[in-house]
Amino acid sequence: MTPSRALPEFVLALGDDSLVLGQRLSEWCGKAPFLEEDIAIANVALDYLGRAEKFYRYVSELEGGRRSVDEIAFLRDSRAYRNLLIFELPVGDFARTMARQFMVDAFHLPYLRRLSRSADARIGAIAAEAVKESRYHLKRSREWVLCLGGGTRESRGRIQRAFDALWGYGPEMFEMDRHEKALIESGVSVDRSALKAKWQASMTDLLAQAGLKVPDREWSIAGGRDGVHTEHHGYLLAEMQYMQRAYPGLAW
Amino acid sequence: MTEYRLSDGELEAAFQQRVDEERKIEPKDWMPEAYRKNLIRQISQHAHSEVIGMQPEGNWITRAPTLKRKMILLAKVQDEAGHGLYLYGAAETLGVTREEMIQALHEGRAKYASIFNYPTLTWADVGVIGWLVDSAAIVNQISLQRTSYGPYSRAMIRICKEESFHQRQGFEMLMPLASGSPEQKAMAQDAMDRWWWPTLMMFGPHDSDSMHSAKSMQWKIKRRSNDELRQDFVDQTVPQAEYLDLAIPDPDLKWNEERGHYDFGEIDWDEFWAVVSGDGLCNRERLDRHGEAHREGEWVREAMRAYEEKRQST
Repeated sequence: MTPSRALPEFVLALGDDSLVLGQRLSEWCGKAPFLEEDIAIANVALDYLGRAEKFYRYVSELEGGRRSVDEIAFLRDSRAYRNLLIFELPVGDFARTMARQFMVDAFHLPYLRRLSRSADARIGAIAAEAVKESRYHLKRSREWVLCLGGGTRESRGRIQRAFDALWGYGPEMFEMDRHEKALIESGVSVDRSALKAKWQASMTDLLAQAGLKVPDREWSIAGGRDGVHTEHHGYLLAEMQYMQRAYPGLAW
Repeated sequence: MTEYRLSDGELEAAFQQRVDEERKIEPKDWMPEAYRKNLIRQISQHAHSEVIGMQPEGNWITRAPTLKRKMILLAKVQDEAGHGLYLYGAAETLGVTREEMIQALHEGRAKYASIFNYPTLTWADVGVIGWLVDSAAIVNQISLQRTSYGPYSRAMIRICKEESFHQRQGFEMLMPLASGSPEQKAMAQDAMDRWWWPTLMMFGPHDSDSMHSAKSMQWKIKRRSNDELRQDFVDQTVPQAEYLDLAIPDPDLKWNEERGHYDFGEIDWDEFWAVVSGDGLCNRERLDRHGEAHREGEWVREAMRAYEEKRQST
């Protein structure tokens, strides 16, 4: 694997993670439990969409402008999408959304901190911006997990079921494909596996604080980086790509 | 209760004098009960309009054609939620809670702008809403910046700034369509054809038929009449439509040199009243969807209250 191919593939995967979660979170707009939360979730969605735009712009440049940002975002099929599965799962109820958010925020903050020191200055700059966002995201999702865990019987049941259902999608965040691995030595990418233990500890801590049980059986499902997605992914793309597919080649 | 040494008649005269002198009425000032009720009706209607208005545009967030458009649209709909918040806040200063206002909406006792009972069928609708509907809203809101109730006036000043930004975005969103492929032009024109008349209806019935107008004008809750505002909107919008090369679907529209204004055709008032009274294409769905989200959010709000109580007791 030549580094020249590994770099755009790595950045593309980060862009896909961001876009798919941004798209999912944007589904909440107008449906949140109260207006303040509509605004807050939209903020988080906008942060992720903004990251996707920056990562794709870099990919486009690395490819010598062969594809535009929007061609990258809207004209690939599911198999060519390389996002991790946890990002594409349906939003579910508010508990499901917040449990996922806590899992990814607790990963993103330390990950992006390290990535902000990437040997690739462009990636470093994007990550440094994203650190500030993820710090706020984590503060919010953490508070929500505590609130739902400590709220009513119903909210505790819902947030527990959410973690149970999502648990096995966490480990994939610490796996790396060959492109990402190839870039560790040069300091462009970050060794994700080194972050896993700390992440697990922060999950265990918060779940305990929220009065929730850590799912007793470890399980894990992966496939996103190889373009092997859940069945939800095709529908997400069908909706998101509708305009570009129905009206090819037009400017909007 | 505050004790007043003046009689109701004297208080009312002092109140009207204050209004006439263009001094703002503030939450703790004495005000006629009918003024308070009228304001709650108008401000909560305005707040509900912002919130229900999130639905037709929100309908396209997940399908926006480019990443940039998706972000602009999401940020815009987010702003509308913010406007809803300012306005609920302004209404709350009059002694009504947000929950009560939402309940009144769900029970059909409070209204919202009828324009949002029309469906957004294509991407061009999103641009046309930004351009036409937000323009119409601004024409109305600019006059409301001078409304006599302080908190409402201040909310309007903030909202107007953001709305004029949205209006430019809507116009800018239509430009690539107007100068685009035949399909895109047709999409923009179709949206124009469907939204033009409903937008004119936003200003309400003719002055002669408007129930709330006379008292609202005297109290300076409302500063200019429905027909005046509608005329302003038409006058400012015709050149913009010409710039976009979009035809306005009104054969009677023409410049009247003598009046110095555009003449325009008569609104279909049967349609207006049908939609106002609940029989527009989307009325039921808009309310159902708002009610559904509100009910589905109840367990979350309950959890927050319970969690807050537990935290305070420990």
